[in-house]
Amino acid sequence: MNWSRWLIRPWQRLDPALTIGILLLMAISLAVLYSSSQGNLAIVFQQSLRFGIAFIALLAVANTPPERLRAWAPFLYALGLVLLAATLVAGHSYLGARRWLGIGPLSFQPSELMKLALPLFLAYYYAQQEHVQNWRAAITGFLVIGVPFLLIAKEPDLGTAGQIAAAGLFTMWLAGVRRRWFIGLIVIAAVSAPILWHFLHGYQKDRILTFLDPQRDPLGSGYHIIQSMIAVGSGGIFGKGWFNGTQVNLDFLPEAQTDFVFAGFAEEFGLVGVLFLIAVYLLIVLRGLVIAYESRDPFGRLIAGTLSLTFFLYVFINMGMTTGILPVVGVPLPLISYGGTAMLTFMVGLGILMSVHAHPRLHE
Amino acid sequence: MILALGLIAAMAAILLGQLLKIQVLQHSDYATQSTRNAIALLPIAPARGLILDRHGQVLADNRVAFTLAITPNTAGDLSDTIGRLRSVLPVSGDDLEAFQRDLGRSHPYQPVVIRRNLSAAELAAFAVHRHEFPGVELQARLKRFYPYGPLFAHVVGYVGHLTPADLDVTSANHYAGIDYIGKNGLEAEYEDILRGEPGNQNVEVDARGRPLRTLRDTPAEQGENLTITLDLALQQAAARAMGTRSGAVVALDPANGEVLVAYSSPAFDPNAFVDGLSGAAWTALRDDPATPMTNRFLRGAYPPGSTIKPFVALVALQNGVITPDEKLPGGATYRIPGSTHKYYDWKPGGHGAENLGEAIRDSNDVYFYQVAMRLGITRLSAGLAPFGFGKLTGIDLPGEAAAVLPSPEWLQRRYHQPWYQGQTVMVGIGQGYLLATPLQLARATAAVANGGKLVTPHLVRSNADIANPADAIPQGIGLSAAAVSEVQAAMRAVVTSGTAHNLANDPNAIAAKTGTSQVRRARRNDAGRALTGDPTALQDHALFIAYAPADHPRIAVAVIVEHGGHGGSAAGPIARAVIDAYLQGGASPRPMPGAVP
Repeated sequence: MNWSRWLIRPWQRLDPALTIGILLLMAISLAVLYSSSQGNLAIVFQQSLRFGIAFIALLAVANTPPERLRAWAPFLYALGLVLLAATLVAGHSYLGARRWLGIGPLSFQPSELMKLALPLFLAYYYAQQEHVQNWRAAITGFLVIGVPFLLIAKEPDLGTAGQIAAAGLFTMWLAGVRRRWFIGLIVIAAVSAPILWHFLHGYQKDRILTFLDPQRDPLGSGYHIIQSMIAVGSGGIFGKGWFNGTQVNLDFLPEAQTDFVFAGFAEEFGLVGVLFLIAVYLLIVLRGLVIAYESRDPFGRLIAGTLSLTFFLYVFINMGMTTGILPVVGVPLPLISYGGTAMLTFMVGLGILMSVHAHPRLHE
Repeated sequence: MILALGLIAAMAAILLGQLLKIQVLQHSDYATQSTRNAIALLPIAPARGLILDRHGQVLADNRVAFTLAITPNTAGDLSDTIGRLRSVLPVSGDDLEAFQRDLGRSHPYQPVVIRRNLSAAELAAFAVHRHEFPGVELQARLKRFYPYGPLFAHVVGYVGHLTPADLDVTSANHYAGIDYIGKNGLEAEYEDILRGEPGNQNVEVDARGRPLRTLRDTPAEQGENLTITLDLALQQAAARAMGTRSGAVVALDPANGEVLVAYSSPAFDPNAFVDGLSGAAWTALRDDPATPMTNRFLRGAYPPGSTIKPFVALVALQNGVITPDEKLPGGATYRIPGSTHKYYDWKPGGHGAENLGEAIRDSNDVYFYQVAMRLGITRLSAGLAPFGFGKLTGIDLPGEAAAVLPSPEWLQRRYHQPWYQGQTVMVGIGQGYLLATPLQLARATAAVANGGKLVTPHLVRSNADIANPADAIPQGIGLSAAAVSEVQAAMRAVVTSGTAHNLANDPNAIAAKTGTSQVRRARRNDAGRALTGDPTALQDHALFIAYAPADHPRIAVAVIVEHGGHGGSAAGPIARAVIDAYLQGGASPRPMPGAVP
């Protein structure tokens, strides 16, 4: 029947495990935002609307065969580079950084597009390489990563630049580029770190110094970390209870709905809640790795593996910075933090995983 | 694929380790910090007790003062805010300096004072523009005010801003939310009573320190009012009579030692000290040649001059070195037997042979040179001590001076010099090393007036809340009644027919003794006239002690006018003004409210 083609079949592409994970995260997100906004329903509706839109995007991508995604990959990558260059020339400045590009009434961050376009393009490249072990494959990979990295670092947005570089390196690693190249990169990075320090902006140096010692400026740049750790630590094992978090509800916790949403969650739901949250993330990531493992197509395997690892890297960075083991770099907690752009990127990424899973018989 | 799983496991393990550490192991630390964040103890300052005169006139008051404060993290750009503020009301360089200093010490969510004591016009000007200044708030606070300005400056003292040094002495808990502390005078002496106890509010606050709800409320205990023994009308009479001259006036109730007048001239305006004096104003006060900051009645040590004579006479009678009727030879000068040095009488040509009463009446120096020689310094010094000379009176004011009652032991200790007889002669007329404060003189005068009992001057009566050791029953100092009435009669004669006859027509029977003390020993010719010296700066100090009425003394007074000249003419009228105001001024002296019968 015709209607089933439009109404039922798209849903059949949804992977049950991933979908359950996404819905659980959605529920947690809405509950936490409701509390940390002191019962502001407008924020909850806004976030729900974004979930709805992002879910439609996920459905669309899940119903797009991987070969089509692979075919688009070079164009998406090229488009991303052009937009990044345009941002540097004509982007909006906000708080001293040019990260936004306006098209008519809309404005968005081209670096978000690059978060997906880069691993797609690398997966595309390595999937058709027969000699991944040779030096040419490694150098090409570094170049593909290096150009957008520098463009984003120039905005300046070192956090995002690092994230897309990490995603690209995951792809290279999964593709089988030889280990010596990564070791070499680490050595070069370590040696050049003191030189690069001089090129950092004041606030970037500040963040790193503050991470090393939050108490050096407890009311200034150290305030976020200290208040966040107080929130997490005071939650204890069972938490203070929904709506009872004093750090989050009395405004001691900054960015309580965006980057530091995890601290408010940990304060109200304690270690028990946090373990549950991590379990949900692990469900999604491990399911993603299984999809990669089961995929018999190199492109599908590479992109699914990369996106799964990257997804958990975001979780790690966000929770790490709110609990004081990583510097504050402005990474949202996937699918929990308030905001639309990052959510769309994560959902499209999960859509790609579902697409890989739903179309196993590529090339057969 | 195994490597990918290992990477994820490693990241998850690091997170779990950190979460266990801060949520389980260090949980109680963070829980404490969280509570400290959200619960604030807001102090409630008590109102400081007022200081009232014996009739309930307010001498130290609390007034509402308006202060403008900026909260940095809500005000935004501070220099812009201050710049715009300056177009609405004046902000001085001193204000800015204090603001910058306080800003460095406080949290960005705490208000910092930018202007104090807004006038009504400034208040209105700010009110109109209020909405243009987010983060700038108007605070109403109680501020000490001294309605009579300099009149009571040396008695009441003043309060000033609490400094960290003040809190080392006392417990900071007693000063939560309090801005001022008594720095001087009664304000310092009775600080614990006037201050009260701060209360507090246990409130839940948000990150900006804004109180959200009160959890517990402990009200402040207001400071107690302090009623003192001074009389506003008498103090005003003393100040009016003193005018612009430098000096001091003390009046006591001879029956109990209550201080009726305590005035030091010139004085300063204590209101200037409440919110801090500018450096220039302080320098001007400190370097003023008239030394307005010096408390002359409490710390001014002057040679008592001839006002010592009634006490020397009592010592002589007690020791039996003279009888009231024995006449001693007079003359223009006196020579210690075996010495050629001449000691002049104040009166050119001197007096004839006189007895004790006549010698006091005429202030006969030669008579008292001989009495002093008969006594010798040991008996003279020991005999003057019971009147309180050379000792602190024990008045309830901080910073009293003991002045000097000399003796050979004292001279040896102090200057490593032996005593010689010429110094004994000088002590006999209240010169030489002998120094007394106006308060000591008034106290000794009271002892003559009340028949030989030493009172302790005090400004506050003991009551249910205040135990003032100075408010004790006066003790006799072992004088014979006959000797006292002999000297009392002589002091009455000073006014009726002696050196203070300018007060003879006063309706109140005043008994007195004049005194003129040399500022510097000047060389004199045979007629006793000073040969050198600037006529004003080196002019003698004028002294006057008195009590009245002569038969039933109710007030004892001591007056000094620096460089005033003769005691009777310069200081006498001031004493009379105080006595008249007390005995006649307001029909009859009003009782002190709340007095215990």
